[in-house]
Amino acid sequence: MRASFNSLFDLSWARVFAVFLKELVQMRRDRPTFAIMIMMPVMQLVLFGYAINTDPRHMPAVVEMREDGPLTRAFLASLAQSTYVDIVAVTHRAEDGEAMIRSGQATFLISIPEGFERRLVRGERPQILIAADASDPVAAGGAIAAIQQVAMQAFAPEFQGSLAFLATAPAPYEIIVHRRYNPAGVTSFNIVPALLGVILTMTMVMITSIALTRETERGTMENLLATPVRPLEVMIGKTTPYVFVGAIQVAIVLIVATLLFHIPFTGSFLAFLAAVTLFILANLMLGYLISTVARTQMQAMQMTFFVFLPSILLSGFMFPFRAMPMWAQVIGETLPITHFLRIVREIVLKGAGFADVAGDLWPLSVILLALASLALLRFRRTLD
Amino acid sequence: MTDIVIDVRGLTKRFGDRTVVDHFDLKVPRGAIYGFLGPNGSGKTTTIRMVCGLLKPESGEGEVLGFDVLNDSLKIKERVGYMTQKFSLYEDLSIRENLEFISRLYGLDRRAERVDAALSDLGLAERQTQLAGKLSGGWKQRLALAACMIHEPELLLLDEPTAGVDPKARRDFWDAIRRYSAQGVTTLVSTHYMDEAVQCDSIAYIAYGKKLIDSPTAEIPKQIGLYGWRIAGRPLMRAQEMLEALPGVDLVARFGAEIHVCGKDSVALERAVRAVKGAEPHVEIAPIEPGFEEIFIYLMSGAMDNFQ
Ligand SMILES: Nc1ncnc2c1ncn2[C@@H]1O[C@H](COP(=O)(O)OP(=O)(O)OP(=O)(O)O)[C@@H](O)[C@H]1O
Ligand SMILES: [Mg+2]
Repeated sequence: MRASFNSLFDLSWARVFAVFLKELVQMRRDRPTFAIMIMMPVMQLVLFGYAINTDPRHMPAVVEMREDGPLTRAFLASLAQSTYVDIVAVTHRAEDGEAMIRSGQATFLISIPEGFERRLVRGERPQILIAADASDPVAAGGAIAAIQQVAMQAFAPEFQGSLAFLATAPAPYEIIVHRRYNPAGVTSFNIVPALLGVILTMTMVMITSIALTRETERGTMENLLATPVRPLEVMIGKTTPYVFVGAIQVAIVLIVATLLFHIPFTGSFLAFLAAVTLFILANLMLGYLISTVARTQMQAMQMTFFVFLPSILLSGFMFPFRAMPMWAQVIGETLPITHFLRIVREIVLKGAGFADVAGDLWPLSVILLALASLALLRFRRTLD
Repeated sequence: MTDIVIDVRGLTKRFGDRTVVDHFDLKVPRGAIYGFLGPNGSGKTTTIRMVCGLLKPESGEGEVLGFDVLNDSLKIKERVGYMTQKFSLYEDLSIRENLEFISRLYGLDRRAERVDAALSDLGLAERQTQLAGKLSGGWKQRLALAACMIHEPELLLLDEPTAGVDPKARRDFWDAIRRYSAQGVTTLVSTHYMDEAVQCDSIAYIAYGKKLIDSPTAEIPKQIGLYGWRIAGRPLMRAQEMLEALPGVDLVARFGAEIHVCGKDSVALERAVRAVKGAEPHVEIAPIEPGFEEIFIYLMSGAMDNFQ
């Protein structure tokens, strides 16, 4: 045991380089896999991007009119003119509207309450309720913003003459939006940076999860183990080529994000680089750890998905992190992607720098170290 | 420098509850060519893997090249050339890339020079950019052999190195082994070919995980004490059927147009052979000295399989 412990750290860079070079050549020869790794970010972005770019116009809306007066009728007309919503039905009964939104016939339910006009004139700031089907957050996000805009301006032509006193800021009425089925309402700007995390998790973990398993399955492990190569050398040499693959993926996502979706990048680029490097390494180690456990490539794939699911569900990508039950948050905190998502949102959208994201950078480093140590301990030096 | 290169005692390996290698002892002196024989599944590969540190024995101890076999396997690996039974180089690397990878791992100097030399020795210099996976079986075998020798190891552990290799290449291979041996390189080689067994200085014979014989090659026939008769002529088939039923006959083996009959009891064997001659007067009989082929077929026909 003592001997094996020492051997962990006396590493020869020449041997690391040998493994690295070999891995690089094998990667280059494995064209299909390489192509998938490069195409995946593009594909995902375009697929999601299609959803993001879905023109939020002509969303089916049902209007629940509890009051029929000149102002509300003018509001309805103004809505009907807008290209953002298509009024598919006007009803007086609450149940009708609810049924339509539940069945998906309408994406929005706009309710104008009883006594709206009277309270408006009295300056009581009545509410217009908008219920949105946000089950597809990406599609709904933009539409919700649009319909708020429409509702806000729908009265503008009416607030003239004797009603000019109502053309105030803030508006003399309130618009309350209820997002049904997805209260967090992830918006498109959130999605692209988050997508970077998902793409990297998927490809990096998957590709290294078969790093050792493939050698075992092909029988080359026996030869590798018969040489004086050390576990740490194998680990570094085998994972380093994929750091570059990760870097290419990041570059692709960044370029597409700025060119296609005009995502602002406001924060510190250096902090972003640090986070992305840590995150890539952590994922590579996670995959490598899997490959020390899995006996076959099939098992490795299954374990990768076993990791991938919580990464999507419990990281704050799908559901708002703070709204999850405690146990789910605890699991989420141990996932590299959770911290990465926070960091990237902070940096890309909120203009954060190193100091702002330090609280998530160090957990990421701890996770990386823990995964790497675990993988080294798990490395089988024999064929048993 | 010790003069016993492999000195292992009581090596035992279990897979599950099956003991695959059972208290195996072996002493191989420097420069020796040691043959390792035994039926399929008898534990040869497992033993060789334990010797070079690829499998942890459940019990046993020993030294290889003076290093502790249990704790110093890294030092052992640096000095040993191990050729696996199954091809274990990278099929998606070229011939040259495989050799370079191996020489980098051993930290060799003058790498290009060594690889060039190995390639021209092999006669693969023109095909060096070809993928190893595209080589024929025999050529893969020859490449693997070159790869395990590139770092000039002191000890060669070769697991059926010539399986599937053509006779000319096998001859070259054995010439090379003898040359290395003269320079002090020790070889432990497993084989199923008897013409190779006789080329070894000593032979260890293993069956169902136990070592049954371990002697200088020349002494083995005497040790087994097997007697033999040669039977030729016609009708051979009938003679063979008769012999198999007679007492004193331990082995009936067809060798081309003749039958070799062997037995431990020379009197009973002769009686049986003469009985066949009496019944089938057209066959010719003559006593012979049993060769290795007969000896090992005899041994293996008695060996329980490790599977049981
Ligand atoms: N990893 C393993 N797990 C379980 N059983 C094993 C393993 N490796 C080998 N065995 C079993 O151990 C026994 C000895 O196998 P080994 O490969 O050492 O035989 P061998 O003498 O090399 O045979 P061959 O001449 O066919 O190469 C066999 O019964 C085999 O099934
Ligand atoms: Mg074998």
